[in-house]
Amino acid sequence: MPRAAAPAAPRVAMPVQPAAERVRNFEEVALGYTFDMAVAEARRCLQCKRPLCVKGCPVEVPIPAFIAHLAAGDVGAAYRAVKTANSLPAICGRVCPQETQCVGACVLGRKGEPVAIGRLERFVADQYVHMDACDLLTGARDCTPVDPARRVACIGSGPSSLTVAGYLSTRGVKVTVFEALHEVGGVLVYGIPEFRLPKDRIVAKEVRALGTQQVEFVTNRVGGKTFSIRDLFEQGFSAVFVGVGAGLPRFLGIPGENLNGVFTANEYLTRVNLGRAYDFPNHDTPVILGRNVTVYGAGNVAMDAARTALRLGAASVRVVYRRTVADMPARREEIEHAQEEGVVMQTLVAPLAFSGDERFALRAVTLQQMELGEPDASGRRRPVPVPGRTMELETDLAIIAVGTRANPLLLASEPGIAVDQRGYIVVDEATGETSMPNVFAGGDIVTGAATVIQAMGAGRRAARVIAGRLGCPQD
Amino acid sequence: MSHRILHKEQLIPGQTSKLVVDAPHIAAKARPGNFVILRVCDKGERIPLTIADADPDAGTITMVYLVLGKSTALLETLGEGDCIRDLCGPLGRATRIEPCGTVVCVGGGTGVAAMHHIAKGHHRAGNRVVAVIGARSAGLLLFEKELSAFCDEVLVATNDGSRGRQGLVTEVLRARLEQDRAVGEIVAVGPVPMMAAVAETTRPFGVRTTVSLNSIMLDGIGMCGACRVTVAGGTRFACVDGPEFDGHEVDFVELAQRLAAFKDMERAAHDHYCRCQADA
Repeated sequence: MPRAAAPAAPRVAMPVQPAAERVRNFEEVALGYTFDMAVAEARRCLQCKRPLCVKGCPVEVPIPAFIAHLAAGDVGAAYRAVKTANSLPAICGRVCPQETQCVGACVLGRKGEPVAIGRLERFVADQYVHMDACDLLTGARDCTPVDPARRVACIGSGPSSLTVAGYLSTRGVKVTVFEALHEVGGVLVYGIPEFRLPKDRIVAKEVRALGTQQVEFVTNRVGGKTFSIRDLFEQGFSAVFVGVGAGLPRFLGIPGENLNGVFTANEYLTRVNLGRAYDFPNHDTPVILGRNVTVYGAGNVAMDAARTALRLGAASVRVVYRRTVADMPARREEIEHAQEEGVVMQTLVAPLAFSGDERFALRAVTLQQMELGEPDASGRRRPVPVPGRTMELETDLAIIAVGTRANPLLLASEPGIAVDQRGYIVVDEATGETSMPNVFAGGDIVTGAATVIQAMGAGRRAARVIAGRLGCPQD
Repeated sequence: MSHRILHKEQLIPGQTSKLVVDAPHIAAKARPGNFVILRVCDKGERIPLTIADADPDAGTITMVYLVLGKSTALLETLGEGDCIRDLCGPLGRATRIEPCGTVVCVGGGTGVAAMHHIAKGHHRAGNRVVAVIGARSAGLLLFEKELSAFCDEVLVATNDGSRGRQGLVTEVLRARLEQDRAVGEIVAVGPVPMMAAVAETTRPFGVRTTVSLNSIMLDGIGMCGACRVTVAGGTRFACVDGPEFDGHEVDFVELAQRLAAFKDMERAAHDHYCRCQADA
């Protein structure tokens, strides 16, 4: 094992595209470490005996082990170590909220800058993202042969299902993943913009690397419509994993919300990301190009929408939020990147009404000035309106990013699966199993909107239990 | 997955075509009222089309489309033996079909195709089905023969009087409602102004009136909210709550305005496509 360098060594900075340049393209913002940068950063790791970073990771990547290999310059060994726990490291290295997970737990962070674990994971994964899981590094087909009698179906092809597929396929189970849209990846494809997560270069390759022999992807199949869960058992699947994500968009509930030019973030991002509307008319999916854009909400989805609008040529983009920047739920890095690019944070205001022109096109929004009052149930100071203080803002594209509700499509066809009052699936916390035997669920359809890695953690937990029931090795 | 076009017929040359497509998994589940979302090619957009007919034994579904913008122009370039890139369905709620005596099914334009599947469902449920179909002139009339195969009556209206009664379908419908008190339900599928007019025609009679809405859609599974429509003052999604709604409660003015949202861009895409075709 290589020895860690002095912890006082400064963290290696991540090269990024300059803000002025990147707002004019959809290329990735963060450019990634070089080999030398990655090794230098890896050498900052203290190789703790009882690593807190692993505990902070929902899928328990053996972080010190992979970093040790990297510090020694053995990227291949580092990749194999990461892959034992994480089927999608190139994706996670880019979109995980590391500052609240692995990186947030790193002991170096107590006195100085923690190890940039996510950046290291991304570097390692990017070197092998093109490899099939079975000929990883060596070309040797050392995968467990698939047993055709052990078949598991996943509904939805987002992070939770992909994790189930990755875990079970390497243990000899034939997995079929059913996707309603025409492209595999769920939120990774329709939700997260190209400049944060490249679709063809990273997502498609990392998904394909799950192994074409082991995992079958079937697109354009809607759970609850094209097939029911019962149909899957009749077709010989032994277990079903439901990872359909959180579906229906929420609205603001204010007048004028149906005007042309008012989009949900789901619609806006799906048009641009899945439909490649940024390449219209070469790609056929259109999207309205706003001049003065307003975005409602302040999570990662709101930042993604705001930054997308800038790249599509908006003259001004404002994130409209009723609290302050410090209260925004988005990742710090996303807020900072957005601000660097020119997104204005219009804080302490709440939308009252949209108004349109005679052609039913959005023209303006009326905003209510807010101030922070007493703390509410969430412990945050509650925004309250300042009497008489309203203003009108010109806007021709409004994007509503205030969250989602559970999509009832699949469950309407399966009344046997218990859901809570808000429509989310109820599962056994230890196993991920639903009230229907051998039907498991995880990700946003269980927890409500959360993160990619949390969905993957849920997938891994369910996959372990399924593997056990099918008589496969569990870890 | 194939989605091979087994049969293609130009119903109105250069304007409206019918495709019979190999799609056993959709045919097995398709019910009257359902639709599909398709993409013609890799760079294509997702467009919704109603399932005009389904044959679970043959494993086929039938679709009828009007060549309007770039996507339907592209679809029109496909012929028998060609494959549709993506075909997803069946989507939407199936038509509520229950015994109710006489059902009058009103169709206009390509909506007649969607109405055909619904009318067939009512016929199979034992209802007496009266079809009312309209077009500008006789040559533009769709599915008259198909409907005659099972409908108890097929009433025709054309603007120029070249076939059936001269005038609008709503005039035929009103006349029918005035003389026939046994009508239990009206179903209308067609252009928004036609459905709105049907709803106004039936309102005084107090007969249940179901309309099938053709909103702008993207995913078709409730995710994006593009297809939202105001029904009885509340927001509903045509893709998962519909596409059928009570015509007396639909805000047709808003629907018509929302359908125009991408008109300029659609025109640009179509022009771009035509230029590319001309250059090629």
